Amino acid sequence: MALLQISEPGQAPAPHQHRLAVGIDLGTTNSLVATVRSGSATVLRDAQGHAIVPSVVNYSGDGSCVGREAQQYALTDPLNTISSVKRMVGKSLEEVQGQQGLAVKVATSSTASSPRLHTAAGDVTPVEVSAEILKELRSRAEESLGGELVGAVITVPAYFDDAQRQATKDAAKIAGLHVLRLLNEPTAAAIAYGLDKKLSSGDVDNDSIVAIYDFGGGTFDISLLRMNRGLFEVLATAGDTALGGDDLDNALVQWIKKSAAITELTEPADLRAVHAAARSAKEALSSADTTEIKLALLSGAEINLSLERNQFNELVEPLIRRTLAPCRRVLRDAAIEKSAIKAAVMVGGSTRVPLLRSLVSEFFEQEVLTDIDPDEVVAVGAALQADILAGNKPDAEMLLLDVAPLSLGLETMGGLVEKIIPRNTTIPIARAQEFTTHKDGQTAMALHVVQGEREMVADCRSLARFELRDIPPMVAGKPRIQVVFQVDADGLLTVSAIERESGVVASIDVKPSYGLSDAQIEKMLLDSMASATQDMHARKLAEQKVEGERVIEALQSALQADGERFLDPDERAQLDSLCATLKTAIEGDDADIIKSAIADIEHGSAQYVERRMNASVREFMAGQSIGNVEESLTGRPEKT
Amino acid sequence: MQISLSSDYFDLFDLPKQFNVDEGKLKARYMELQRMIHPDKFAAASEAEKRWSVQAAAHINSAHDTLAKPLSRASYLLKLNDIDLDVETDTQMAPEFLMSQMELREALEEIPSSADPYLAVDKVRKVIREEIEGVSLAFDRSFSAEDHTESRNRAREWQFLDKLLSEVGEAEARLDDDA
Repeated sequence: MALLQISEPGQAPAPHQHRLAVGIDLGTTNSLVATVRSGSATVLRDAQGHAIVPSVVNYSGDGSCVGREAQQYALTDPLNTISSVKRMVGKSLEEVQGQQGLAVKVATSSTASSPRLHTAAGDVTPVEVSAEILKELRSRAEESLGGELVGAVITVPAYFDDAQRQATKDAAKIAGLHVLRLLNEPTAAAIAYGLDKKLSSGDVDNDSIVAIYDFGGGTFDISLLRMNRGLFEVLATAGDTALGGDDLDNALVQWIKKSAAITELTEPADLRAVHAAARSAKEALSSADTTEIKLALLSGAEINLSLERNQFNELVEPLIRRTLAPCRRVLRDAAIEKSAIKAAVMVGGSTRVPLLRSLVSEFFEQEVLTDIDPDEVVAVGAALQADILAGNKPDAEMLLLDVAPLSLGLETMGGLVEKIIPRNTTIPIARAQEFTTHKDGQTAMALHVVQGEREMVADCRSLARFELRDIPPMVAGKPRIQVVFQVDADGLLTVSAIERESGVVASIDVKPSYGLSDAQIEKMLLDSMASATQDMHARKLAEQKVEGERVIEALQSALQADGERFLDPDERAQLDSLCATLKTAIEGDDADIIKSAIADIEHGSAQYVERRMNASVREFMAGQSIGNVEESLTGRPEKT
Repeated sequence: MQISLSSDYFDLFDLPKQFNVDEGKLKARYMELQRMIHPDKFAAASEAEKRWSVQAAAHINSAHDTLAKPLSRASYLLKLNDIDLDVETDTQMAPEFLMSQMELREALEEIPSSADPYLAVDKVRKVIREEIEGVSLAFDRSFSAEDHTESRNRAREWQFLDKLLSEVGEAEARLDDDA
């Protein structure tokens, strides 16, 4: 049942019957893009057949390059080659400076809220570096699909906080991608398996609880999901944002240095070469029992080592065991016994390590699932979700219910945290909290929002400081300021405030603790487009025209259906006039005029939209109360 | 933007206002509502529809969270009867209850020093869960009998036990961290 149909069946404009949408796995080490073609999801490959785009960007005086090409510069031009940027996205300057093994230089300007990285092409922020990777994926997709994308589902680790999610969305904006949804990586993996009916064959009607064990390049996530009749529910998530396959490589690098009696690797190129050798050795040991590590350093010194799988296992076992504590935690959080877990899904290239598979199998007391390529499974799931969100499968039964990964709280007296939204609360969610003033005539108030599980503000992550202004002056304690914290389906926070005594809406100044302001993003967007200003204008106009047509079509089909029921003649006349204004604007060639006419309609029809949606839900609920739909669904008699 | 869904959570899920709920029915109704109003259904819709959908879905989620967990459901039932659990009017609690609380707290504190700490966690947790079971049955009886004073007392004891249970979880988490 469609609540507000965008267009009636059969009336959809022919050129837009299939909307091009992609799923993007924006990984720490590797990124992939996938799409749904003729009903099945496939990863998109380059001319050489590579699906994986290494998440590496090289900046030279002439510009930038991404992926395999950039990776080649890693050895010759390490100072201008940025890898694992995902570890820096949404982080503060101090946090980035504290990270190990960064070849690139971090600018030490104290004025910038976001860290800046020195390159031959000038300073760049981690968000801009991510945007370069996304641009590469976008152009691969548009070339391969032969058209413009309506949007993308981009995956993030389940454990990403608000700043990291926001930064990912900002990067997409700079890359010119419309984000249909940010999706948790483990959830994407579950979608890939779920829709393939690999888990639920035979007993489709029963709940299946699955564990998604995602050991990526730079992050570890464990999630428990319940899957039932096309519905995915995240029961609990935990993880470690600073543990991944890179750490297995690092352990191996240390062993190589020790075994070859190298005290210091000063040359960045040597460092990279040793890392590459470590990675190949790790990969080789997934199938072989022993491997050779051979390379020459710039100094002429040669490394020639032999490594057995048992030795490798000893090196990495402590790291792999560190993943088991979060595994125990999700079981506890979800109050689930191990025996209730139907499947343990392996995600991430490092889950090919045999020791890892056996330790995880042992923990979950079952064979782990590896049917879908662990490198591709996340992108595939994201593509399936993108296809649905783009509106290509209007009858899709699947609905994803996700949870907030971290608790949101407010700073209170003494630096303590008061939790507003506990972690693992199903999103979207809104919680209201009431505040009052301490002084007579007080008109402003500061709030500090933090994210994390600890009791002290200092141990949590600062998200933003809000200043409430325009509180009507009253005696102390009289105002009742209701602040609403809302987390949307992408896991992003918005805050609104109203003074209840007077009904005055307090204005809010948001000062993100990290990350970029809208103005900064706008500037980056312009900068990245500067070379193609003409193109940009033409593209913007075309986009606005399509959007305008869409808005008119949606409104008219709604008005035809129930305009008389929900609008009085004056309101109807006003909407008709707004519609006419937009039609005229579309005839012209000024994108801004079209945009503002669209905004006027959005605003003018808000009440109408609200009335008809409320009515639909009420009718639905009334219909349900009369029938016995729930009982036939559950087959359970009501307790008396 | 206003959503005009029922503000009474029991009405929203078409359930009788009593402590025992048909969990299957609650879940089925919740899913049906979410299937209709979740933001994923409006990813390609207008801004107005998106805003409405986020707010409506948030409301349904709050309602479901409240009714799905027994203690918050009990607390909500009292609230519908104008009884606030969190207001500190009287702090009197039965002496026997306080005694058993102290014993449980001692057991909790001894966890890290016990021979098998994880076993100790399981033991304490089992005792607390049994007590919660008892107190929830007692709540149901007194609430059905419309004895709101008794209901409130049981619910307050339940809150204590629930707090203790989450502290056991934290103790277990510390064991994991130290491992």
